[in-house]
Amino acid sequence: MSSDMAETATAAPTELPPPEGNAWRIVLRVLFGRPATIFATILVALFILIAIFAPVLAPYDPLQQSALDINQDPSSAHWLGTDQFGRDIISRLIYGSRNSMIFGLLSPTLSAIFGTALGVIAGYFGGWTDRVLSRVIDMLLAFPELLLAILIAAVLGGGFWNVVFVITVAFIPGFARVARAATLAVKEEPYVEAAIAVGVRTPVIILRHVVPNIFPSVLVLLTLWTASAIRLEASLSFLGLGTQPPNPSWGNIIRDGLNNLFGSPWPIVGAGVAITIAVLAFNLIGDAVRDELDPELAE
Amino acid sequence: MLRLIGRRLLDAVPTVFFVLLLVFISLRILPGDPAEVALGDTATQDQLNTLREQLGLNAPLWQQFFTFVWDMLRLNFGKSLINGIPVNDLIAQNLPYTIELTLVATFIGVLVGVPMGVFAARNRGRLPDSAARLYSLVGYAIPDFYLGALLLIVFALNLQWFPINGGGDGFLDGLYHVILPAITLAALKSAFMGRLTRTALLDTLGKDYVRTARAKGASEARVIYRHGLRNALLPLTTGLGLSILSTLSGAVAVELVFNRPGIGSLLINSIAQRDYPVIQAGVVIFAFFVVVINLVIDLVYLAIDPRIRVK
Repeated sequence: MSSDMAETATAAPTELPPPEGNAWRIVLRVLFGRPATIFATILVALFILIAIFAPVLAPYDPLQQSALDINQDPSSAHWLGTDQFGRDIISRLIYGSRNSMIFGLLSPTLSAIFGTALGVIAGYFGGWTDRVLSRVIDMLLAFPELLLAILIAAVLGGGFWNVVFVITVAFIPGFARVARAATLAVKEEPYVEAAIAVGVRTPVIILRHVVPNIFPSVLVLLTLWTASAIRLEASLSFLGLGTQPPNPSWGNIIRDGLNNLFGSPWPIVGAGVAITIAVLAFNLIGDAVRDELDPELAE
Repeated sequence: MLRLIGRRLLDAVPTVFFVLLLVFISLRILPGDPAEVALGDTATQDQLNTLREQLGLNAPLWQQFFTFVWDMLRLNFGKSLINGIPVNDLIAQNLPYTIELTLVATFIGVLVGVPMGVFAARNRGRLPDSAARLYSLVGYAIPDFYLGALLLIVFALNLQWFPINGGGDGFLDGLYHVILPAITLAALKSAFMGRLTRTALLDTLGKDYVRTARAKGASEARVIYRHGLRNALLPLTTGLGLSILSTLSGAVAVELVFNRPGIGSLLINSIAQRDYPVIQAGVVIFAFFVVVINLVIDLVYLAIDPRIRVK
């Protein structure tokens, strides 16, 4: 949500010093550098494995209704009980992780690609292009992501690709702003001036010199916003604007749970804990990536 | 000063225009014929024609756009397609609840968050600092609708200390109804404000004038509040503005959890019913809040930081 964003967006990124060591070493240091991040890495790995192997792990079909088994308490047959339609809650949670992981990883990546493209174009070319793009970016940045997403989803409705689109659009302005600022800094570098002087074509300069050098800034945002995207998808699904029932998503499991408050609290508790832990774990990794790649933003 | 305020106001004009253009494009053009969408597949040709006429869909597109902008600027939102109630009446019924919720949540959030941040900064690296960090980590991670549902189950359903739903009548009853939803939203806000206060305060406490204040023997309280916190006000104001906006969007989900009237639940319910005039009004009102709150942040900036006025 915008709280995460506010923290990262207030400080305009300057040019980052290259981290030391080869790529693999950096990845290992980020993921296993501190006790808290080791814990987070294990959790994230678990969530991803659960999402991939959902059909193997889930004890029941998440859509299978059973009039005889409604609102059961947790038991050895149903670890978290059943909901008002007699569906097995733990199976729905396991399948629901798929939506969270897909949206959490796919949408911010798409936003990063489109947002970076816009930001680089604005920053590199300057002039009117920059003025118009920056103005639009600033206007969109004024909206908290959740609000922007709700307003777009209000018009488009739910469904898989609509949700991907909504979350992607909600994050584009943030990426564009950071990419623009980083491009402005990189553009002044001697190697870019040299490339211009010897007549390297503009697309080549952008792809070979600008993009690789602003990549760390973009990567920091990307990891920080994976958690935000997971929460955004959950919020939209909760509001009925995201993943549509009967397909399970952590957000709409809580929505179903609220309609069945007197039946069973377990769907709400289970899905809520899942969202909280997933967001927490991804946030911790995002913080670690930021501390590694962008020490100036670190506290 | 007046000229600056005027310029900021003028700056907001293209933003409003841009937002209205986006709303118009997305509601009138993207989904195809709004009349068909609203009435569904079973509509007769007569019904379609009547609704088209009523919505002004027979005019050329540019004319529709200017009618739309003019209507929005006069706050003329038309009537609900579902029950024929003027949209303005619906908004007048619901808006006060959302504003009440946002204000109370902001109040609690600041009241908890700012002292927490000061306390964490004064004990940097020690237990209170770690505790505050843990609080904000968890506060960022818990979705507000989940926290709301938990509070609802524990304090309304089981302990029955608070009402389960509704907005309440009158001031005291309203306050009674708003407490749980407000605490829900305040949790994230206090986590955010706490973090922000800590960062901003530590930043200013490292400045030369703070060292000077200490050197001349000012008391610790005076250093923190007079020199530290006062200069940290600028980032805090921006943060507060941003967090009011996110509280406003969080209110949508929380209103749904507590089955509470408000602009958020009005919007969500109208989406489910494809009630176009209401959706349109809801979207425009939220966008309007975004523009106004940003404008207010800018103006507060001008008021509290003389340096900006000189630039």
